[in-house]
Amino acid sequence: MATPYIGVPIQRREDLRFLTGAGNYTDDLTLPHQTYAVFVRSPHAHARIRSVRTEAAARCAGVVGIFTGEDVAAAKINGLPCGWLIHGTDGQPMKEPPHPILAQGKVRHVGDPVAVVIAETLAQARDAAERVAVDYDVLPAVVDSVQALKTGAPLVHDDVAANRCYTWSIGDKAATDAVFTHAAHVTTLEFQNNRLIPNPIEPRAVNASYSRADDHYTLYVSNQNPHVERLLMGAFVLGLPEHKVRVVAPDVGGGFGSKIYLYAEDVVLTWASKKVNRPIKWTAERSESFLTDAHGRDHHTRAQLALDRDGRFLALRVDTKANMGAYLSTFASAVPTILYATLLAGQYATPLIHCEVTAVFTNTAPVDAYRGAGRPEATYVVERIVEAAAREMKIDPAALRRRNFIRSFPYQTPVALLYDTGDYDATLDRAIEMADVAGFPARRAEAARRGKLRGLGYSCYIEACGIAPSSVAGSLGARAGLFEAGEVRVHPTGKVTVFTGSHAHGQGHETTFAQVVADRLGIPMDDVEIVHGDTSKVLFGMGTYGSRSLAVGGTAIVKALDKVIAKGRKIAAHLLEAAEADIEFTDGQFRVAGTDRSKAFAEIALTAYVPHNFPHDKLEPGLNENAFYDPSNFTFPAGTYICEVEVDPDTGIVRVERFVAVDDFGNIINPMIVEGQVHGGLVQGLGQAMNECGIYDSGSGQLTTGTFLDYCMPRADDMPSFQVDTRSTPCTHNPLGVKGCGEAGAIGSPPALMNALTDALGVADFAMPATPQRVWATLQAAQRKQAA
Amino acid sequence: MYAFRYQTASSAADAASRLAAHEDAKLLAGGQTMIASMKLRLASPSDLIDLAGAADLHGITVDAKGVTLGAMSRHAEVARSADVQKAIPVLAKLAGGIGDRMVRNMGTMGGSVANNDPAADYPAAVLGLNATVNTTTCSIAADDFFLGMYETALQPGEIITSISFPIAKRAAYMKFKNPASRYAMVGVLVAQLADGSVRVAVTGAGPVVFRVAAMEKALEASFTPAAVASIKVPAEGLNSDIHAQADYRAHLITVMAKRAVEAALA
Repeated sequence: MATPYIGVPIQRREDLRFLTGAGNYTDDLTLPHQTYAVFVRSPHAHARIRSVRTEAAARCAGVVGIFTGEDVAAAKINGLPCGWLIHGTDGQPMKEPPHPILAQGKVRHVGDPVAVVIAETLAQARDAAERVAVDYDVLPAVVDSVQALKTGAPLVHDDVAANRCYTWSIGDKAATDAVFTHAAHVTTLEFQNNRLIPNPIEPRAVNASYSRADDHYTLYVSNQNPHVERLLMGAFVLGLPEHKVRVVAPDVGGGFGSKIYLYAEDVVLTWASKKVNRPIKWTAERSESFLTDAHGRDHHTRAQLALDRDGRFLALRVDTKANMGAYLSTFASAVPTILYATLLAGQYATPLIHCEVTAVFTNTAPVDAYRGAGRPEATYVVERIVEAAAREMKIDPAALRRRNFIRSFPYQTPVALLYDTGDYDATLDRAIEMADVAGFPARRAEAARRGKLRGLGYSCYIEACGIAPSSVAGSLGARAGLFEAGEVRVHPTGKVTVFTGSHAHGQGHETTFAQVVADRLGIPMDDVEIVHGDTSKVLFGMGTYGSRSLAVGGTAIVKALDKVIAKGRKIAAHLLEAAEADIEFTDGQFRVAGTDRSKAFAEIALTAYVPHNFPHDKLEPGLNENAFYDPSNFTFPAGTYICEVEVDPDTGIVRVERFVAVDDFGNIINPMIVEGQVHGGLVQGLGQAMNECGIYDSGSGQLTTGTFLDYCMPRADDMPSFQVDTRSTPCTHNPLGVKGCGEAGAIGSPPALMNALTDALGVADFAMPATPQRVWATLQAAQRKQAA
Repeated sequence: MYAFRYQTASSAADAASRLAAHEDAKLLAGGQTMIASMKLRLASPSDLIDLAGAADLHGITVDAKGVTLGAMSRHAEVARSADVQKAIPVLAKLAGGIGDRMVRNMGTMGGSVANNDPAADYPAAVLGLNATVNTTTCSIAADDFFLGMYETALQPGEIITSISFPIAKRAAYMKFKNPASRYAMVGVLVAQLADGSVRVAVTGAGPVVFRVAAMEKALEASFTPAAVASIKVPAEGLNSDIHAQADYRAHLITVMAKRAVEAALA
């Protein structure tokens, strides 16, 4: 037997370079004749630009070039495109106001780029940028999606009435509404899903250059999908053909969605690199990251669940106002629609669901997909309202969930998705066991004796991952396909280089994918190298997001591997003088079935490149295959999280005392990496629930939480020790049977914590995040109410 | 960061004369605030005079009366000093709880006290332990030193050389950290001094460190948690921000004071 690689917790091979400072990030790269860019940004949330004066800046030492919105307009550079076209309930396409790469006429959020200054050194660029004089006519700003829809609200884009980008809906409204008129019980919740600011460790970074020799652009960029970046920037904005543009996303220090998008800085530098005929580098300062990286979430939602007297769900209706920020970021319009409303069935057989979403422009940073993207917001709606209904109806929350679980698969939800498989009882059972729910009343009583409030909350989440079948995406408005590509290059010695269109920025693909390849080919993992992130090496790619890498990217590799094996059988048949049909391939050996005659994989590889006596009429030399894979459906990871919190009523401090996560990710290649992904996701989700909140000042439109002094990132000592386990039902429609694990933690955990917290506090609802002050204020209000 | 001249001072007197020679010169006493401000281009000193090499600003002296910390005592140094731990344990503990490991390895007591950030920890120790601030020109009682937000009794050109902390009978410091920055949102140092008098010094809650007379009086009568548990501090004049409104800070002062008394008695 060959060494098993599937299901084995192999240490991450990329960690040697990451942990010893040998990683190669965009900012590490300095090119000959390098110059540096600094962006002049709007200090105002909303203002008309009267003038931009660059004369004084241009006289500063070391300045190589200065460009403004006027220069961009003169060069006829297009605005940044949105990759997803949503049609509203009125049949009209969404409003897509221009998103210029340097502001033209108006600035629409603090941090909106107005000009770029390029100089010999970063310090010189910064000095000169301070001398660019921008005269603003400051306008009133609006930062909240509900306020922005009101009559008389400032208009972010002069020609977008009521700041409404679109109003979109899914589900049968009439039938859903009808149920609410006679339901035995209706639970209503209204809440804000708080805005999050991603903050990957590595800020965005760009190094763009142009070669006069071959009229070629090279863009190094900290990005999650270099081919998409090239396509969007080339075809849609700059009018540059793909064969003249190389995009490299080298080591990337975290993305969480925020580096999927095509950003203005990427385009400005690429364009300007030809204008100044020098390579230009820009690395965002942390303050710029706060102001200009696409933010996440920020939904205002009202939801109602109708139940019969036994607690069976009859209908769910949801109304959401989604804050888009000042411009449509690359996938912004898809997040509160396709990735959100379609998940509102959760794990439940709710027969009727209707959701209406209004997307709204505000004077804030653009909002786009952030770890989970729409699915955390949907899970929050479903799992909070289910828990609230259970408490109102005095039904055990686990029992109420079980009463409504989907148990027959495939299951067609009323909101477009077709769940292929799952076992929601299995994950709930295991979670209840691990969390010792039976012992909770005793723990609560013990806490009460210490003057502490203890609560327990569930969350049974589902997500649609492996994004996405192109046909489905296309029918829903995607302007791109969502397949993945892979190439397997077998070298003459039998070593293998695999090129994948997925991009790793923390996920450990170089290990997981190598395990898949080594297993499939029966060769040592050390003989396999995974290459990603360079459009000049990788044939094509749609990149990494939506927990799609293994399910889609991994499957593309498997398809290419199967082609390699198929060709290997042909070669083996020739060498072993047997019929191709009689050749078996196991454990790295091509064997004539029922005999001991075999050829090792490496021998076949060598023969492919040393094709003496090759039947050239039947076989080409070489052993190199590629494949594209477009999934037939989403994958549906699901699971149960149970959170137990303890509140100190004196201070309002919430401690997560226990957190159990039982997930169904289908088959698992590397359980250690999966566990790491779950831990990271949980910290992000609990961070949303307890710590993080992007706050804009409602008057000035300034970002109040613009530094880590005010934006509360979760830290290790905020977190409990997680107890995690899995219960697997393999995905039915990809050969690996995998579903994806990258976002689950961030999707499932916020409602688990808020359900536990509301249980502890004895309140119906609580607005995230559960900061000590908010918890204390809630307890004070409850006390006052009791006293009154 | 704007360009500046870096200078090193060999003594407090040398630093004072270098400081006097340049109008826009600043002292560098660890740089945990200064360097960050310079990187953000919020501060642009013409000269930065590094006190790290000034031998007379270093050193920890402990005797029967108290502890004297040289102004350039790093937080980590104070935290791990066995002598300080023995003589005034609260001082070592407070220093060990400032910022993070990197901050503690660079940041100094003198730098912190001279900057007088409203959320800094050291001012609570100086005021709560009734310390004396020694400078290149005079000695200043703690009660006279902290004047307002980032404002102290230090005159232009005057440099803190050391601070003398008298030994207390018992003392404890309780800090409620700002969840985001981990600075003191409310830090309360309660000390029963050698003469039996009690001091309650609060940092983080107001524009500048302050004492709570009502609590001190109650604790002088009975040094028990119960003595302060019901004493409310008025919210008026306290800091208000997204992390804590004034009423919450006022409430936390009482909670932290009570817990500090508990810890002091433990």
